[in-house]
Amino acid sequence: MFAVLSEEMGADRRECTLRLRAMPCYICIERRRRRGGREIGEGEKAMDLRQQVTIRPERASIGKWGRLRREVAVHRFLLLMLVPGFVYFVVFQYLPMYGILVAFKDFRLNANVGYIENVFTSSWAGLKHFITFVESPNFWKLLRNTILLSVYNTIFGFPAPILFAILLNEVRQLLYKKVIQTVSYLPYFISTVAVIGMLKMLLSPESGAINNILGALFGIEPKYYFGDADWFRTLFVTSDIWQKLGWGSIIYLAALSKVNPEMYESAVIDGARRTQQIWHITLPALKTTIVVMLLLSLSGLLDVGVEKVLLMYSPATYETADVLSTYIYRRGLVDMSYSFGTAVELFNGVVNLLILVGANYASRKLTSESLW
Amino acid sequence: MVRDRSISSRLLDVATHVTMAVVLLVTLLPFIHVVSISFSGPKDIVAGNVFLWPVNFDLTAYKLIFSNFLIPKSFLNSVIITALGTAINMAMTVLTAYPLSKSRLPFRSFFLKMFLLTMFFSGGLVPKFLLVNSLGMYDSFWALTVPLAINTYFMIIMLSFFKNFPKEIEESAKIDGCNDMQVLVRIVLPLSMASVMTIGLFYAVQHWNSYFQALLYINSNEKYPLQLILRQIVLQSQIQNLMQGSPIDYQTQANSESLKYGTLVISILPMLILYPFIQKYFVRGVMIGSLKG
Repeated sequence: MFAVLSEEMGADRRECTLRLRAMPCYICIERRRRRGGREIGEGEKAMDLRQQVTIRPERASIGKWGRLRREVAVHRFLLLMLVPGFVYFVVFQYLPMYGILVAFKDFRLNANVGYIENVFTSSWAGLKHFITFVESPNFWKLLRNTILLSVYNTIFGFPAPILFAILLNEVRQLLYKKVIQTVSYLPYFISTVAVIGMLKMLLSPESGAINNILGALFGIEPKYYFGDADWFRTLFVTSDIWQKLGWGSIIYLAALSKVNPEMYESAVIDGARRTQQIWHITLPALKTTIVVMLLLSLSGLLDVGVEKVLLMYSPATYETADVLSTYIYRRGLVDMSYSFGTAVELFNGVVNLLILVGANYASRKLTSESLW
Repeated sequence: MVRDRSISSRLLDVATHVTMAVVLLVTLLPFIHVVSISFSGPKDIVAGNVFLWPVNFDLTAYKLIFSNFLIPKSFLNSVIITALGTAINMAMTVLTAYPLSKSRLPFRSFFLKMFLLTMFFSGGLVPKFLLVNSLGMYDSFWALTVPLAINTYFMIIMLSFFKNFPKEIEESAKIDGCNDMQVLVRIVLPLSMASVMTIGLFYAVQHWNSYFQALLYINSNEKYPLQLILRQIVLQSQIQNLMQGSPIDYQTQANSESLKYGTLVISILPMLILYPFIQKYFVRGVMIGSLKG
């Protein structure tokens, strides 16, 4: 309401200064409020607007398009600001969506024409690429690897920050708590390349600290963990937890900071033990956040990050490490089978979407929490 | 407050302290270890003698790094990419978030829905690759910055911040004759520096740490960012390309090990040095974001 009035002022300042004397507009209302005078009721504000309309009767007759044109004219600077962002989203987000057509075509790159013509003029292939993919021996291996890696990551990686946040919430010494928090966030800001690099060097069979320690303490023979397909999932999940434990806990700590301390105090008076307080106060306080975070993580079930797997795997570990996203990268971009790569990617995206919708539905039925 | 002295409470205390100690050690030890190694003698590195303190203090690693042309160059490239990318990000994000934060903007919900949709659907890797190449960005820093100009999630954080900006200040500026553009530049931006900087830091860290974009779009060696060089040296051991083809003997192998650790340290050093100062901004940024989510 105020916004509308002040908008009129912004539109034509000179007119407004005249109007300022003639009728109560936003400024007058505000002044009156500050003087501590009578509050302006909702009905009265609406009156003001109607007064304006009667002052300028021609506006009632300009119709829908006229009003729209006026709206645009009034907000021209805001709309102008939005132009670069709009262009960005159209070009870099929506044009690639148009490129999904490539999955149904036999894409041939013609260097003389641009992207739009290239996609448009390639000949149709129907579902050929999808069928090739589903029938290939790689299909089940890739699907299994992707789902297993993702499921392991969720089973072990998802509860870790929650547990950490709950335990950290039990630390009463503030300085100690702050130090731990600061330190635990750090790995999140180190690049994946550096994290995997460190892991690989720590595990190096010749000079790596972990092999040395295991050898010195338990006499275990040095082993090249990175070249062993059986170890890939363990390394992937462990390094993920290492990197994201502290940072992931922030959102839960934020939820816990909103819990009223009196809840704990009255629980103590009622004789609740600390473990019982965790069970009956802390966990229920986290429930909504946990469900939402779980839904979000499920929505990317088939999105095992290409960036990290690409750094960790090698042909020796393809058996367990090759996932859909790395396969898309290798076939689609390295081997330049653009159409095939896009088809695999589309398959991946559709399955992800189905999982998200399903999980959201289940969650709404079971916990009455949902993303939409 | 009454202290709970039951067994379960003591067990909880033990579990808490053990967990915290483990998290502290496991997080910090790898960093200390890697930094110590990078300052140790090449022979001790290969023999695996170094644990948490440099043995036979030695600067071979860093001499190798600075005598090599590609590593300092790639460091510089990363700095340029981070600066250029963050500048583009901030300009675009602020310009997009500000108008969208005004509920009076015509077509606001259309724009908002159109932008939000991209968080759930996207064209994917291959079409985007084809597009960026056909725009003539291949093998240039533009390919690493322009296609990532707006992170929708950060844009939403910025938007909800602008939304809470006191209306009265903007309106009085308008009465004094500012248009929306001037209000943004002269009033809103200077007063929102803290949160704008927070988002800027997030963007900067992303650019500094990213390697995948460069892997896709950068072809020539002298344009490699640091993370890509790090990947070559540490993960693929392609050191021969970088050292002037001397035969592989014990000395070269020892040197290549120091080179690995040194490069790793160089790549994480800016973060390690800046982190204590900027950490609170990151946490604040996440808090702003989590309020909405």
